[in-house]
Amino acid sequence: MAYPAGFKYTKDHEWIDIAGDRGKVGITDYAQQQLGDVVYVELPEVGVKLKQGQSFGTIESVKAVSELYSPVSGEVAEINTALKDKPETVNSDPHGNWMIVIKLTNPGETGGLLDASQYQNLIK
Amino acid sequence: MEQATEAPLRKTPLNARHRASGARMVSFGGWDMPVEYSGIVQEHMAVRTRAGLFDVSHMGEIEIAGRDALAAVQRISSNDASRLQAGQAQYSGLLSPRGTFVDDLLVYRLAPAHFLLVVNAGNIAKDYAWIAEQIKPVGDAVAVDASSRYALLAIQGPAAKEVLQPLTAVELDSIKYYWFSHGEVASVRATISRTGYTGEDGFEVFVPPQSADRVWQAILESGRATDVIPCGLGARDTLRLEAAMRLHGNDIDETTTALEADLGWIVGWKKDDFVGAAALREQKASGIGRRIVGFEMIDRGIARHGYDAYINGAKAGTVTSGTQTPFLKKAIGMAYLPVEHIAPDTEFDVDIRGRRTRARVVPLPFYKRPRPERGAGG
Repeated sequence: MAYPAGFKYTKDHEWIDIAGDRGKVGITDYAQQQLGDVVYVELPEVGVKLKQGQSFGTIESVKAVSELYSPVSGEVAEINTALKDKPETVNSDPHGNWMIVIKLTNPGETGGLLDASQYQNLIK
Repeated sequence: MEQATEAPLRKTPLNARHRASGARMVSFGGWDMPVEYSGIVQEHMAVRTRAGLFDVSHMGEIEIAGRDALAAVQRISSNDASRLQAGQAQYSGLLSPRGTFVDDLLVYRLAPAHFLLVVNAGNIAKDYAWIAEQIKPVGDAVAVDASSRYALLAIQGPAAKEVLQPLTAVELDSIKYYWFSHGEVASVRATISRTGYTGEDGFEVFVPPQSADRVWQAILESGRATDVIPCGLGARDTLRLEAAMRLHGNDIDETTTALEADLGWIVGWKKDDFVGAAALREQKASGIGRRIVGFEMIDRGIARHGYDAYINGAKAGTVTSGTQTPFLKKAIGMAYLPVEHIAPDTEFDVDIRGRRTRARVVPLPFYKRPRPERGAGG
C-alpha cells in the first residue's frame, strides 16, 4: 500500500494529514499489518488537550492492545465515531480512516516528523 | 509466554516454509513459530467452516516403554490409562503432589506396554525430567524424549476428512474421536490421530521431520479446491478458547489444581495411587474455594490474561484467557472466581487497563461443533 506523500509520519507508526491548523490522525498500513485484525478503537473525548507523543487512545486487535500516540500537541477537535462500529476498516483502509482531528497548538513540531520516504526507510 | 529465554529460538522442520510463505513469526515457548498467515480472523473462520492446516511440531513427544510402562504412566498421569486400548488416546494431566499442573498432555497407547505422551512445547525438558524422576521406583519402564523424531501437522475443520482422505489408504472414517491409526500420508510413514485443539473435527498427523514439508505441501494441494489455508498459533489460541480447552501457562499451571480447573473428569479417581492423588482426594472431600468459569463481556472491551476480576468492588480473581472470538463475535474469556460466584449469569467486573468493565459468567464451552454424522460410540 502506498504511503501518501502529503502525510507526515511518526516513529510510532501514526500519520497526520495537516490542512491549515488542523490535522487528521490515523495509523499506518505497517501498523495495521503488525496489529492484525482490529476489534476495538478507543478514542478520547472532543476537547481533550494532548502533548506531542502523548497517548490519545488504544487500539486493540484479536491478539494485542497498543497505545495510540499523538504526532503533535493540540486539542482534539473531532473523533471518528464510525470506528466504534466498524473498527475493521482500519485494516482495510488505514490511510483513509482517521481516528481524531487535532487542532495544532505548536505547528513547529511538525518539522520533527518523518516524510513518506523517511518513514518507508524506517519500516524497511 | 511466562518465561523469556535467552537461548536461540528452536525451529520446526517447517520453519523455512513458514518464512517463505510470508507468515508472521513470533517467539512462543522457546520456538520461532508462525502466529498468523492471512490473519487470525480469516484463519479461525476457515477452521470453523472449511479446514485449516497447522504446524504444531513444537509440541513435545515423550515415549514410555517397558514391561511396567502402564504402571509408570498410571503413576505420572492423572487420567486412567488402563482404560486405553492400543490405538486410543486420552487427555490428561501431569500433576504435582499438590494436584496442580506441571503440564497437560495427551496420552497415546501405541502398544500394550508402549505409550506416547504429547506435551507442551515450553515444558518438554521440565516434563521429561519430572517423568524420569517419578517413574524411577516403578520397575521396568523407561522414558525417552523423542521430540526430535516427530513433526506434527494438524488439519482441522469440517472438511478435514475429505482433504486428508485422498492422501492416505487409511480409512479415516474408521478412526473414531480420540483414536489413531498408522499408515502413510502422501507416501510418508505417518500416525494419524483424530484429535485436535480447535473444537472441530480433524486429524493430527505425526510424520518424520525430514518429510514434514512434503506432507504439508500435499495437504495444502489436496485442500486447494476446499480453500484450505495454513494457520498460525493466533487462530489456534482463539479456536481452543472458544472450545474452552485449557492452555497450560494461562488457564492451568502449578498453582491451579485439576478440580479448580474443572477438570475432575481427567482424574482417575478409582485407580491406585498417582502423583497428586492424595491432594485431590482431600480437596474433593473438603471442597474447592475457587473454580474456573467462562465469561463474556457485557461492556465493550477484551479481558486478557492476568487482568484482575472484581466482585462488589473487591479483587476476587484473575482472568486466565480472553479474546474477541471471530466466530461467535463476542469478547469471551476464562477466569478463576470464588465458588460462591460461579453460577451462570453472575456478573462481575474486570479491570481493563484501569477501567472496571462488566462481565457475566456463562457455561463452558462457548462453542460446540454441530454433532458430526458419525456412528454410535464415536
